[in-house]
Amino acid sequence: MSELRGIIVSHAAVAQAMVAAVRAITGIDNALTAVSNEGCGTDQLAERLRDAVGEGPAMIFVDLPGGSCMTSSTRYAKQHAEIAVVTGVNLAMLLDFVFHRNISPEEAARRAVDAGAKAIRVTAA
Amino acid sequence: MTLALYRIDDRLIHGQVVVGWGQPLNASFIVLVDDEVSSSDWEQDLYRMGVPPQIEVIFASVDQAAAQLSTWEADERVGILLVGDIDTAVALAQRAPQVRSFNVGGVHHRAGRRERLRFVYLTDDEAAKLRQLAAGGVEVTAQDVPTARAIPVGEFT
Repeated sequence: MSELRGIIVSHAAVAQAMVAAVRAITGIDNALTAVSNEGCGTDQLAERLRDAVGEGPAMIFVDLPGGSCMTSSTRYAKQHAEIAVVTGVNLAMLLDFVFHRNISPEEAARRAVDAGAKAIRVTAA
Repeated sequence: MTLALYRIDDRLIHGQVVVGWGQPLNASFIVLVDDEVSSSDWEQDLYRMGVPPQIEVIFASVDQAAAQLSTWEADERVGILLVGDIDTAVALAQRAPQVRSFNVGGVHHRAGRRERLRFVYLTDDEAAKLRQLAAGGVEVTAQDVPTARAIPVGEFT
């Protein structure tokens, strides 16, 4: 199985900043690609996604459940095999993802939801 | 209340609409007028995902919207009406004289279109259609978010 690639799709520069943060924490810099919706209509965002995803299986991480990033990503996944989409991207799910990329997109999506949700907590006072 | 915002936005339902405009207007329903979306359950599910449960989403074709517009205008709640392109806006305004304004919120780059504003790209034909719409008595302005200035049609077409 080829290693999954991750694409982060966000408003403004959130995705870029997340890629930089993952690199700073892990030193891994070839697993994630950032896509911004800045200045994009539906057609252009689809084009940016197509360029970023390229060939092979991929996992798309979207910032919000709803909105142009999600609708474009979900549409893209519907038209292409071996693509899964999760929303509510956070750093914790990305850190888990970059170390677990020899799995199917469906499995990676389940992991992402799990790792992402576990990171959301109220800290002890 | 009424439909407080008639908006042309090729992204249809997204953050700027739901949060940017929806919050300050206190919108309780969104009418999405699009012939394609109104005939696809899959597309409707997709757009509904971006809307919090307390906001109702109504999907309508142009014909259905023209017929229902008076009802929505008389609704006691505040609503937002969305179309995805200029042709749909023109078609709706032609069939429904209740349409008094259109906010151009996002029409993005595509072959043949030229940049008019950071968030508005139009072909010459589309620019002419907007001017015509305005000449027919519809107030046409461009404004992406409520905190920005509403730019009159004459300044960007």
